Amino acid sequence: MGLPNASGDLSTEVEVDAFRRLFPLRFYEKHLLESIRPDARPLGRARETTIALGAVASANGSALAKIGSTTMLAAIKMEVMTPSLETPDEGCIGLLPLAARFPVSLSLLKTPGRPAEAAPVVAKQLSDTILSSGMINLKELSLVSGKAAWMAYLDIYCLDADGALFDTALLSAVAAFSHLEIPVVSLNDDGKIVLSEEQGLSDREPVNKEKRKINLSSVPFSLTCVLHKNYILADPTAEEESIMDTIVTVVLDSSSQLVSLQKPGGTVLAYTSAIQDCIALTRQRVKELQKILEEAISGMEVD
Amino acid sequence: MEVDREDGRSQNQLRPLACSRNILHRAHGSASWSQGDTKVLAAVYGPKAGTKKNENPEKACIEVIWKPKTGQIGKPEKEYEMILKRTLESVCILTVNPNTTTSIIVQVVNDDGALLPSAINAACMALVDAGIPMKHLAVAVCCCVAKSGYVILDPTKLEEQQKMKAFAYLVFPNSVHSVLPEGSLRVEGEPIENGIITSVTHGIMSVDDYFYCLERGRAASVKLSDFLRRNLQQQSTDSSKAG
Repeated sequence: MGLPNASGDLSTEVEVDAFRRLFPLRFYEKHLLESIRPDARPLGRARETTIALGAVASANGSALAKIGSTTMLAAIKMEVMTPSLETPDEGCIGLLPLAARFPVSLSLLKTPGRPAEAAPVVAKQLSDTILSSGMINLKELSLVSGKAAWMAYLDIYCLDADGALFDTALLSAVAAFSHLEIPVVSLNDDGKIVLSEEQGLSDREPVNKEKRKINLSSVPFSLTCVLHKNYILADPTAEEESIMDTIVTVVLDSSSQLVSLQKPGGTVLAYTSAIQDCIALTRQRVKELQKILEEAISGMEVD
Repeated sequence: MEVDREDGRSQNQLRPLACSRNILHRAHGSASWSQGDTKVLAAVYGPKAGTKKNENPEKACIEVIWKPKTGQIGKPEKEYEMILKRTLESVCILTVNPNTTTSIIVQVVNDDGALLPSAINAACMALVDAGIPMKHLAVAVCCCVAKSGYVILDPTKLEEQQKMKAFAYLVFPNSVHSVLPEGSLRVEGEPIENGIITSVTHGIMSVDDYFYCLERGRAASVKLSDFLRRNLQQQSTDSSKAG
């Protein structure tokens, strides 16, 4: 790799662009030396994050989450189902069959097709995280013990993939659950539980009068970091993820318990100090995300 | 702290390990790894010419195919494939054979807990058997945090399902035997074998528990890497047909 005096050659705009394409790693390392990233962020700062609740009118709960330009739309549809025989007296079945669907590719810098490959993995991690975090008490989804329970279908669409896919997917899922409003149901003449509005039974006594919202007990939030040499870059873009391939995803819940710490391989070995730094960054990020989510919820209530 | 385990092991004790290499004739490299009743078979084919779509042709590409004991592969297996692929990519020297693909087929023979770590160990031994250039070995351990708060290593399926609230799969590099002075192999004051290649956790644990798991996992990985080294030396001296 030539260019001994590369910083001197980066005088005009065109050459910067060429340098970036030809020597992406050197380009990043030059920025990292100055503790800054090409998009003008300091190393530890996440991109701008927004949540819009209620983006899908036909779903019971939905949210559009954006971290930088990574955009995910999550929607939850509630359906009444019969709980499985294994847990009849609790009727606590509220399975979350996730279908995280990603478009082939929308970001130009990344090799096409990669998000589609990542889809089943992100979906698996997401359902593991949501179920193991205990965010949703499945017993709350029960209507009549052994007879009827809610099934929450969570669908996540990736509208734009630009790094930190898991973070955005988790954020949109959490936001959709906090927006979720359970529809009113009542018993019909056959003794079955049906949606009151659809069946024209709005005059009957609803079965779930008080239980219109789900209590989210310990909400998980995540932060993805990229490790490169001794640097830790929080919330990487797709370009950063593809150039520096060591990715660490930390998920913490609101009481700072560790829900998941994923580091699938990568060229950099993570030592204790790096792991501690990632966890510390995630703690800060959890506070930020909690605030953003609270603001989004209170914004909804005003409307 | 005394912990009762069904099979009478102490909490840091691993199950009996067994590993044999070069067991399949048509594969370029193969290994079977068993850890108690968990047994995994790995076969390596390659390097073959060309990389798959969407892979970097300037580097060697690694492909992992996971074969479960029964049935079709689902999302958990896809995740295992991804973790195995990323882990092995970080241990292999990919620049030696650019624009080639190496396939690793992992066949689960029996699952009795700690499946993914066993598969990583098996795949790693199979890569050695096939003569794929590697930086170091990968040593995988499973640590479990029980509901009552203690940490045990290498759980059986029964222990995984009944007692555990969280577990961590950890992969470390093998310990280095070197003539260089101690200090030169240290990174930020920690020996190189303390670096985590891969970490996967399930379930909720406190941050302190995780670091405790790390410590335990590191201690166990030293024993495991000794076992690997002994096994490799043994078989390379008494196998004349190698190559």
